[in-house]
Amino acid sequence: MTPMDLCDQPAYELSLLLRQKQITAVEIVESCLQRIEAVDGRPGALDSGNLTAEDETKVHAFITLTADHALAQAKEIDRKFSAGENAGPLAGIPFTVKDIFCVRDTPSTAASRILANFNAPYTATPVARMKAAGGILLGKVNLDEFTYGSSNESSAFQPSPRNPWNPAHVPGGSSGGCAASVAAHEAPLSLGTDTAGSVRQPAAFCGVVGVKPTYGRVSRYGLIAFGSSLDCPGPVAGNVIDAALMLQTIAGPDQHDSTAANVPVEDYLAALEQGVKGLRIGLSPDYFRITFADPATNEYSQQALPTEIETAVRRAAERLAGLGAEIVEDVPMPHTRYGIPAFFVISRVEAASNLHRYDGVKYGHRTRQAVMDLGDLYRKTRSEGFGLQPKLRILMGMYVSAAQYSAQYYRRALRVRTLIRRDFEDAFDPIGKYRLDALLTPTTPATAFEIGAVYGNSVMMQYADQLTVPANHAGIPGISLPGGLDKNHLPIGIQLLGPDFSEATLLRIGRAYEIASASDAWRKIKPLVLRQPDML
Amino acid sequence: MNHSISIETFEHLVGLAALELDASQAEYLLRELNNQLKAIQELEAIPLGDAIQITSHGVPYTVQTSPPPREDVWQPYPDPAEILSQAPEYQEGYIIVPEIPHTDLE
Repeated sequence: MTPMDLCDQPAYELSLLLRQKQITAVEIVESCLQRIEAVDGRPGALDSGNLTAEDETKVHAFITLTADHALAQAKEIDRKFSAGENAGPLAGIPFTVKDIFCVRDTPSTAASRILANFNAPYTATPVARMKAAGGILLGKVNLDEFTYGSSNESSAFQPSPRNPWNPAHVPGGSSGGCAASVAAHEAPLSLGTDTAGSVRQPAAFCGVVGVKPTYGRVSRYGLIAFGSSLDCPGPVAGNVIDAALMLQTIAGPDQHDSTAANVPVEDYLAALEQGVKGLRIGLSPDYFRITFADPATNEYSQQALPTEIETAVRRAAERLAGLGAEIVEDVPMPHTRYGIPAFFVISRVEAASNLHRYDGVKYGHRTRQAVMDLGDLYRKTRSEGFGLQPKLRILMGMYVSAAQYSAQYYRRALRVRTLIRRDFEDAFDPIGKYRLDALLTPTTPATAFEIGAVYGNSVMMQYADQLTVPANHAGIPGISLPGGLDKNHLPIGIQLLGPDFSEATLLRIGRAYEIASASDAWRKIKPLVLRQPDML
Repeated sequence: MNHSISIETFEHLVGLAALELDASQAEYLLRELNNQLKAIQELEAIPLGDAIQITSHGVPYTVQTSPPPREDVWQPYPDPAEILSQAPEYQEGYIIVPEIPHTDLE
């Protein structure tokens, strides 16, 4: 194997080769840096000018590349291996981090002008755990501004990421840079966040694995908050084993986050190869259609999903049945359709609350205009610093939580959330009618859409999350797996949802599916940016 | 019920949010707010009996799964000057802000 190939290898394979002393950590990092050089193009930046023709062919996953730091860290890992020291379970494995996590001595921008000059004075717990385990930080990757979007187009740092399978299409979002960096083999692992589907949806769009852990499974300490009752840090990886390896590292209680649950972390890797024999896996008609309010007509419209997506899910169910799982059809999940309307309320209230801290006083952007007084400073700073999507969320959050509207909107949405949670409790109840170990669904109602096709229509953009957001309301874990390609060679994602803290079971089902589909023809097809002859 | 946000309410919200908007931003944001509100109004059709309580977060926190409260102990940051250096304007350990508006309560 030449060092050039190393970035194309899964993390678990790299780990093995390192321990066998066949390769070095420096060689791995150099291989990833060469790939970034070949396919990523210029990093996202403020006021970056017009897109060039070359820009439209590149991935643009990164905002900040920490190459020197990564090489120094790799040398230290190699020294530890040479000295026979314990270098950690992720030793020598490069990873990228969504730029919504604070990482000491890096700009931590949230892809927003208002934090563009903010250097985090401390490191988020999941990042610190990955580094302590020997993982090598390659850099911070792009996202929708403050995570508010499903396409990455709202980033203040342009060019925004593009889909490695077809750079004319979005990578999804908000963890678009994470999914794009893993799909383009710039890094085998990435740390994202999922508030309505922000790990799973881009993972589906980019043909990689994305895990939204149970709320509280992974600490939020150092995560720049969006919706504090919904946000979940989670792994993006090229395969299920790597995702399990990463989740093992980042999960667990944290003295800095009182919502990080005091629940022991299972051995995800040990459970991984146990197969699915005897597991009950459900299918629900409520996940094979989407319902949305059409703003043009003010009518609710219900649409079946594209046939290719439903077929991919049913094919996966047949595969799992062939391995001994029991498939349970027609599981009712009647409140799925209310996930987005409830999210429009709950997430906006939480976002508005979380965004009040950005005021141009303590850190971040401050206006350079002359101001009359402190109130004027706040207004000018926030108007310059926030893009349209944060402004939209602040205004909606303030409206629906205002005293005169709160019962009608906010409290009602929180009660609907109870019903969404009950759908899952009924489906997973071990003595109930369905007794499911997992629900198998599509991850998204469509494959990756073209850049510019949806952006600006905030309602339709949000409906991209209709099949992922119920898990955030309910707090339950979910995983998105590559499930095939559509006729345009764009990835289709399939999703597994399970009861609280059932990550080990979901990963185990995912791994069984991955093994069963390993020789499928679509798995041999590479993303477009990796098929170009001049790539390397 | 089919509410929409009026220009007057919108302008009030913009003030509360400490924002200033140009005309094109205001037009976009008001339109999108009202489009989102239409989607939100779907919630009004759901029958909610009195027994249905709110869920403020999905996963229940029990005594067993909630971490015990931390000791209320001051933990000094090793380098306060580093934190302060992130402030846009500061002097001698203080963050500087413009005149704070005063209103005399009647």
